[in-house]
Amino acid sequence: MLQGHQSWIFENRPSILSTGTVGGPFEAKGKIPEAFDILHEDMWINQDSWEKAQQKMLEEAIQTTLKKGRIEKEKVEFLIAGDLINQMTPTSFAASTSSIPFLGTFSACATSMESLALAASIINAKGANYILCAASSHNAATEKQFRYPTEYGGQKPPTSQWTVTGAGCALVTQNGAGPSITSATIGKVADMGMTDPFNMGGAMAIAAADTIEAHFRDMQIDPSYYDLIITGDLGHVGREVSLDLLHDRNIPIDAEKYVDCGIAIYREDQPVLAGGSGAACSAIVTYGHFLQEVMKGNLKRILVAATGSLHSTLSIQQKDPIPCIAHAVSIEARGEHI
Amino acid sequence: MGDKKKQKLQPNQQQYQAFQQKREIKRPIFKNCIKAFLIGGLICLIGQLISTFYIYQFNFTEKTAGNPTVATLIFITMLLTGFGVYDRIAQFAGAGSAVPVTGFGNAVISSAIEYRSEGFILGVGSNMLKLAGPVIVYGVFSAFIVALIKTILTQWGGF
Repeated sequence: MLQGHQSWIFENRPSILSTGTVGGPFEAKGKIPEAFDILHEDMWINQDSWEKAQQKMLEEAIQTTLKKGRIEKEKVEFLIAGDLINQMTPTSFAASTSSIPFLGTFSACATSMESLALAASIINAKGANYILCAASSHNAATEKQFRYPTEYGGQKPPTSQWTVTGAGCALVTQNGAGPSITSATIGKVADMGMTDPFNMGGAMAIAAADTIEAHFRDMQIDPSYYDLIITGDLGHVGREVSLDLLHDRNIPIDAEKYVDCGIAIYREDQPVLAGGSGAACSAIVTYGHFLQEVMKGNLKRILVAATGSLHSTLSIQQKDPIPCIAHAVSIEARGEHI
Repeated sequence: MGDKKKQKLQPNQQQYQAFQQKREIKRPIFKNCIKAFLIGGLICLIGQLISTFYIYQFNFTEKTAGNPTVATLIFITMLLTGFGVYDRIAQFAGAGSAVPVTGFGNAVISSAIEYRSEGFILGVGSNMLKLAGPVIVYGVFSAFIVALIKTILTQWGGF
C-alpha cells in the first residue's frame, strides 16, 4: 500500500524466512566472519575468471538460503537479483543455472534493498509465495571493470573504498517465521555534480540523507522508532556527511545508532581506506549480521538504507557527474510492529 | 576542479560539494611526497647498482648498460606484479613507484595478467597496452615534434 509520496507499507507482513551469505578470503579476516555461511580461501573459487567466481558465490548463496529455509527450489516463484558487472552477467548466468523465473534489478550497490523492497511488495500483494532476492559483487571483477587491473600499482586516495567479494541472499515469504519487512521507501536519483569515482561515499551521502528523510516524512515517524539505522556502503566520509546533513535537516539521529555496512564489515587495520562497498556489502552485512541480531532479539526494529552510485566507466570518461540513489527497507522483529 | 566547471553547477550542488569537501579525508600530500621521494630514490639506487654491476662484470659501457638495466628492472617488476606485491608497494609509494620504468612495466604486465581470461589475442594482445598505450602514443608524438623543430632549426635556421 502506498504511504505518503514514495513509500510502501506492507500490511500483510512479508517475512524473511532464511538468508545465505558467501564471502572471500579478505572478508574472512574482517570484523564479522560469523556473518558468513560460506567463506572461500581463494578469490578464484576454482573458476577461471573473476566473473565466474562471482556467479559461483551467488549460486552458493541461493543454495544456502534454500537449504536453511528448508524450501525446495521448485517452490520459489521468483528470483530478484542484480550486480555491478556489465549487463549483470554473473547474476544472469547464476539465474540460468538456478532456473527460477528471474527479474534483474540494478541500483548499483543499492540493488540489495531494491530487490528486497520489490520482493516484499510482490509478496504483500499475494503475487507469490516465495521470492529469493540477492546481490553479489567481486572485488577483482569490479576493479577490472571500473578501475584498473587488479595488480596495477596505482595509489588510491583515502576516500576510496574496497569492493566486497561475496554474495547475500534472502528468502521472502508470506507472513511466516522470521523478521517482518514492514515498509520500504524508494529513493530518487540525486546528482550533486560530484565527479570523483574515488569518493563515492561523499557522492552517495546526499542520496542516503534524502531517502532516510523521505522515509520518516512518509511514515510519519521519527528516528527514535528504530534501534538502528543502517546505511549500505557510505564508508567513513559518506557516513559523516549524511549524518551531518540529516542533523542540518532537523532529523536528530543518534550517532551511535547510525551505522554503515561498509564500516561494519572490515577491521580498522585492514587496508580498505574509507570502508567497504559493492553490491554484496549491504546484502551480506544486513542478512548475515544485523538480521541475525534482530532474530536473537538484540535489535527490534532496523531501517536499512542501501546506497548506490549509478555511474559507468563511460560516464566517468566523458566527465559526467555521478548520479546516486538509496532505497530503504524497514525490518522488524515479529510482534514489534505497530 | 576548474572554476569553469564549478560555474555550471547549480547553487545547491555547489553548497553540497563545499559541505562534503569539509568532511572529506584529505590526501596527505606532503607525506606522500616524502614517501614517493624515498621509494622512487630507492628504485633508482637499485637501478644504479644493477647498471654498475653490468659495467664492472660484463663488457658494458655507461652508455650501453642502460638497456640490460631496464630489462632487469622490468623483469623484477614482472615477478613483483605477478606475486601481487607491486600494487601494495604502490599504495605506499605512489608516484615513487609509478614514475620509474618499473611503473610502466607494472602497467603493461598487470593488464596482460588481468585480460588473460579473455584469451591471448583479443584479451592479452589488445588490452596489454591499455594503460601504457597513451605513454607510447604521446611519447612518440612529442619526440616527433621535438625532432621536427630541431630539423627546421638546423636545416633552415642556420644554427
